[in-house]
Amino acid sequence: MNSSPQRSVPRRALTGITAAIGVSVLIAGCAAGPAGTTGGDYTPPDKDLKAEITYAFWDATQQDAIQANVDAFNEEYPNIDVNLDVTPWEGYWTKVQTQATSNTLPDLFWLNGPNFQLYASNDKIEPITSLVDGDYIDTANYPESLVDLYNLDGTQYGVPKDFDTIALWYNKDILAQAGVEEPTADWTWDDLAEAAETVSTKLEDKGIYGVAAGMDGQTTYYNTIFQAGGEVITADGVSGYDEAATQDGLQVWTDLIASGASPSIPQLTDTPADQWFTSGKVGMFYSGSWSRGAIGDSPVKDVVDVAPLPQGKEQATVIHGVSNVVAASSKNKQAAQALQAFLASEAAQKQQGDMGAVIPAFNGTQAAFAESYPGVNLQVFLDATEYAKPLPVSKNSAAWNALETKLLPDVFSGATKVADVSKDLAAQMTALLAKE
Amino acid sequence: MLPLLSGIALFYLWPILQTFYYSFTEWGVFGGSEWTGVDNYVRLVSDPQLYVALGNTLLYTGIVLLGIPIAVYLANLLNLPGLRFASLYRVLFFLPYVAMPTAIAMVWRIIFNGDFGIVNYLLSLVGIDGPYWVSSPGIAIVAVAIVGLWSSLGFSMIVLGAGLKSIAIEYYEAAELDGASRWRQFTSITVPLLSPSIFFVTIITVISSFQLFDLLYAILGSQNAVLPKSLSLVYLFYEAGFITNEKGYAAAIAMVIFVLIGLVTLLQFRLQKRWVSVD
Repeated sequence: MNSSPQRSVPRRALTGITAAIGVSVLIAGCAAGPAGTTGGDYTPPDKDLKAEITYAFWDATQQDAIQANVDAFNEEYPNIDVNLDVTPWEGYWTKVQTQATSNTLPDLFWLNGPNFQLYASNDKIEPITSLVDGDYIDTANYPESLVDLYNLDGTQYGVPKDFDTIALWYNKDILAQAGVEEPTADWTWDDLAEAAETVSTKLEDKGIYGVAAGMDGQTTYYNTIFQAGGEVITADGVSGYDEAATQDGLQVWTDLIASGASPSIPQLTDTPADQWFTSGKVGMFYSGSWSRGAIGDSPVKDVVDVAPLPQGKEQATVIHGVSNVVAASSKNKQAAQALQAFLASEAAQKQQGDMGAVIPAFNGTQAAFAESYPGVNLQVFLDATEYAKPLPVSKNSAAWNALETKLLPDVFSGATKVADVSKDLAAQMTALLAKE
Repeated sequence: MLPLLSGIALFYLWPILQTFYYSFTEWGVFGGSEWTGVDNYVRLVSDPQLYVALGNTLLYTGIVLLGIPIAVYLANLLNLPGLRFASLYRVLFFLPYVAMPTAIAMVWRIIFNGDFGIVNYLLSLVGIDGPYWVSSPGIAIVAVAIVGLWSSLGFSMIVLGAGLKSIAIEYYEAAELDGASRWRQFTSITVPLLSPSIFFVTIITVISSFQLFDLLYAILGSQNAVLPKSLSLVYLFYEAGFITNEKGYAAAIAMVIFVLIGLVTLLQFRLQKRWVSVD
């Protein structure tokens, strides 16, 4: 092998990958462990406290509402500078995890259910115990199931800043064309299957389907699992996928695809369910309150409405919401906690709701959201909190979420039997949960 | 020389050594590692996913390599004397190479859409019922490879075009006098004299094909049911490092990719003596 300049090329290309890990691992090599001041008793800071804190989140569409919150906070504490740091969802978790490893987390940042326990169990975030004890935050003001989501082993680390629930969006035009009654609050799975099949059969020549099945737990199969009386994770911390009730909840979707009521799994992979619905190619669509924006800007915006999810053995929907948490390593913990308490207050949450960013979590501040889409019964999403169950999570949710993505599509497509795959999924998932 | 070497040492050699070391460890989520010896490698060789990924990567590489003969032919066409707008064609062919892989992926996802895509529409005109390209196992990786082939053409053509320019016109004149046909000139003069450039392009193509990740990730999407059957070696690394959070295992996968690319490149250098003609 002569030393031609070409030889450097393979080397260089190779090192690209290795350098990438090398660097990430290099960062990970820094000493880990809790830093900063220990969580003592919180007292509100002096009005003239000078501090600079960073507040990190992932949803740029909420930036205006958050900035309004911060401006209101600065009326009270004019000398606390708050830098907003927006990182898109795709990169947010990689970034926050790296920051947590090197103890350089933002002072205040968004955390969601699937990732919460990971950070809490590793002492990366500050409990809000002293804020609750001092009556700066009252957990009774927020949906109970979501307050519990941010509680680990009896310690509370945050309260929800907003929430979302799942309901049945439907296209009135398509249902009318097929001569199907619109969904009501007491619809069952059978009513849904029958109506969806009728739509698919009658409007076949237009390529319109009755309902879109989904491959995403939060919007589709977690709901039906709960409605069947099943569970994803049991109270003992093992997988619930080997329970008969859980499998009934999965079977619903398999049947909808098999009967042609829903597009097939490949069709839904090529064109995601939300696009089927907003293009007027599907009559009914399980989705969250967050879809309001996308559907409100789509060609079908004037012909849609919302109904509660069809019921199985019981009524249920998945509820989830984001929380603001303070980093345990924060150098300005008092200022960060002051902002945390302010963002959880009724005034700040009402501001969020009025600006139409999200459904605020503080009880009684949601009226603006319910009225934000004339002609569409958004109240359904708010009423759903009464029978909602929190999104199933554990310390390392991402690991078994990847298993679901890998194994469940074959169940829905009918390629494999629900019972067989569930057994396999349950075994692998329980092993992962045991490792946590 | 020293500044350059220190840069290479700091940014290339050191990370490689680090990765090699970390492949014998396993990591907590927030740092802190423990020595696990060869566990990661033992687990890797018994992981069926590795062989799926290796098979897919080789298949992808094979299909993308088919682009090289096409590139030779096209570069030759563009090099014909008297061709008008030659530089415009060059730019057009080169554009896919400079476009962002994610942007390319989004466009091709739409082209390949099973229900509404133009590929299946054109196939239906001739009575073929096209597949769901990006969501059928076995076909998905081929669809990704077609895009890979298409986007690598531009780069190969530019390199080969430069090689063609350096072939002296006298050879062709002499062949012309001897009555050699166009095809004969192409096979007996152009291809042999172009072989160093072809060799260079082949090396580059194989290396970049072994590093297939962004195109696959963006075309198939992270929620795709066929991913477990269609993943590439680097996707396997990504999954271990960033989804299931096994950084030590990911380092072991990276080392395997590193060694594989090294071996394949070495093999190509060994084989070049047989077919690459140097003046």
